[in-house]
Amino acid sequence: MDLNYSQEESAFRDEVRSWLKANLPQDLRDKIANYDELSRDDLLRWHRILAKQGWVAPAWPKEFGGTSWNVVQRYIFEEECGFAGTPPLIPFGLSMCGPVILRFGTPEQKKRFLPGIYNGDVFWCQGYSEPGSGSDLASLKTKAERQGDHYIVNGQKIWTTLGHYADWIFCLVRTDASLSKRQEGISFLLIDMKTPGITVRPLILMDGGHEVNEVFFENVKVPAENLIYEEGKGWTVAKYLLGHERMNTGRVGASKRELAKLREFAGQQKGDDGKPLIEDARFRDKLTRVEVELMALEITNLRFLDQMRRSGQPPGADVSMLKIKGTEIQQALTELSMQAVGPMAQPFKSVANDPDFDEFTAGLAPRYCNFRKTTIYAGSNEIQRNIISKMTLGL
Amino acid sequence: MNFDYNEEQQLLADSVRRFLAKDYGFEARRKIVASKDGWSPAVWAQLAEMGLMGLPFSPDHGGFGGGAVDLMGVMEAAGDALLVEPYVATVGLGAQFVARAGSDAQKNAILPAVVEGRLKMAFAHTEKGARYNLAKVEVQAKKAGSGWEITGEKFVVLGAPAAERFVVSAKTGKGLSLFLVDAKSVKVKPYVTLDEQRAGDVSFSEAPAELLGTEGGALPLIEEVVDFATALICAEAVGAMKFACDTTLEYLKTRKQFGVPIGTFQALQHRMVDMYVSYEQAKSMACLAASKADSPVDAKDRARSISAAKIKIADNCRHVSQESIQLHGGMGMAEEMKVSHSFRRLTMIAQQFGDAEHHLARFASL
Repeated sequence: MDLNYSQEESAFRDEVRSWLKANLPQDLRDKIANYDELSRDDLLRWHRILAKQGWVAPAWPKEFGGTSWNVVQRYIFEEECGFAGTPPLIPFGLSMCGPVILRFGTPEQKKRFLPGIYNGDVFWCQGYSEPGSGSDLASLKTKAERQGDHYIVNGQKIWTTLGHYADWIFCLVRTDASLSKRQEGISFLLIDMKTPGITVRPLILMDGGHEVNEVFFENVKVPAENLIYEEGKGWTVAKYLLGHERMNTGRVGASKRELAKLREFAGQQKGDDGKPLIEDARFRDKLTRVEVELMALEITNLRFLDQMRRSGQPPGADVSMLKIKGTEIQQALTELSMQAVGPMAQPFKSVANDPDFDEFTAGLAPRYCNFRKTTIYAGSNEIQRNIISKMTLGL
Repeated sequence: MNFDYNEEQQLLADSVRRFLAKDYGFEARRKIVASKDGWSPAVWAQLAEMGLMGLPFSPDHGGFGGGAVDLMGVMEAAGDALLVEPYVATVGLGAQFVARAGSDAQKNAILPAVVEGRLKMAFAHTEKGARYNLAKVEVQAKKAGSGWEITGEKFVVLGAPAAERFVVSAKTGKGLSLFLVDAKSVKVKPYVTLDEQRAGDVSFSEAPAELLGTEGGALPLIEEVVDFATALICAEAVGAMKFACDTTLEYLKTRKQFGVPIGTFQALQHRMVDMYVSYEQAKSMACLAASKADSPVDAKDRARSISAAKIKIADNCRHVSQESIQLHGGMGMAEEMKVSHSFRRLTMIAQQFGDAEHHLARFASL
């Protein structure tokens, strides 16, 4: 047993780190550090910088712009991005729609859609959840009826992250409602958001932020050539996606960075005794417990990677535990950051646009609120437990 | 032993609950929160009309001579409705100092006005870097003619933007003292708090001040009143938790996934049960806090009990609020759902007047 990275892996890490240092624009770095909201342009700017470097889609095949990095290198890259505080790469195109087209798309579809995804020319969003279909995705009702060379789509999607930025949406739709098995009769359809009949309505979250939407489809005409794979086989596509690219769900790099930041921040705050809060044993122990949780997550993550690299098999159901632990850690960190400022966590919004209003401190409690989403989205942690229970434990 | 409210307390709690259900529904509250001042003069007048402003003050000043236990049912109803009016700031803090330490003249000038709903107050105490340490005050008061002058700054003063009179803590040569300061002599930087109440940072520049109580040695009184207010928000937390539990239970019964209500899943049933247990435990501790706040024969016993209550309430606020969102799935994250607002209030109650860690330290030291 040797838990250390190899010399080559460490050298790779150094290369990534120094490249990020030189190429992450200062204004984006600052926005991330201050927890500022990122605009569509901010997100795409970083996407394009990585695309230009050829690092935007490491897992893709080489011919479509992939890097040929192995799973450990990919992990190192993502960890370094988290550690450097880069803007997130929006996954809907690069890690979801892209891989689906690569696996199931026709040559024409690959040619038509992949370059736009890779280069960040087209902003994608995901149309899965519906008001009545969250954890139980197979109950979805949005209907697509074939009429000649088109589908006519009617229905509603919800929780559509960044749908208000998106040019295109990939959707699971029901093309056949007559089948008794609900997973059958679902299809995977790509839809241009500019098509008449689509309405995007903001869904404001409890922190007051606009990041998710409701998307309504009313007689939306979609060319049949936008169907991915076969009609009625959308569930196969969705299942493929579920098992794909789940190795960074723990977000170890970003949490390490937040932890270091919180430690420093808690050094500047004062405890009840007037000494730095970080010297308060009660606070320090709480922070340390999160740190140890994060170490356990990191080592578990590496252990899974090692298994994957040596077996050559895609990750199994156990990666669900990375999502469970990773999101719990993210939430614990936002909660501790809010607690670190004690009574100063209360101010939320200045009434009179006071220029001295401490926006950073005021942002900590809303951030805690916002991060409650992490244990709900991308397959709630309850669903992740169901997956382990069923697939690994056979219960 | 009797944990029940007496008939008067129950009647009052019921009528407050009825009024808030009718006039302070989630939509009505939303409008009040979005209004310029963030509180409602009409609601305030109605609360005064119902006798809520005078409840814990002496009949000599138009009140009903009640205490924290009499306010419990009211605060539970306020927690359920997520009341944002500056009620605790006025009745639980500001006017409490006057009632407990004021001269006859000060009482006569202030308490009837509070009781009649004509005067709102706030307690300006917290300073930068003091965290929850009530003893840590640097702001100075100096003699000026026959009165005093205060210079300095106070932070996160609950209800400051609406307050007409402030109770301000400041140091004199004799130590920690309390003063009355008119709102016209101070500068308030107003903000909305996470739980949609109004608060502000308050600065004083040679602000004329009137001594309240004796000069020096004000800390025991400050602790007593803050404990009283803590008992009130503990009861408020119970009301907000009750709402969060009830609405989550309803959701578990009605939200269907996989063809059945999600409340049929044992994994969720047990979590709902734990929420309910948290609520019941919180209610018990809120009863303890209110009872002890009303019988301050032994300050140490009072402080221990109220710290114990706040530890439990803070932990259970977090537990119940977090689970109420998680069990609602995405819907709990939506601003349009009341449960996301009870989440915000419960989050803040956990950190108001000392978080669990502060009260752990205080409890252990007593």
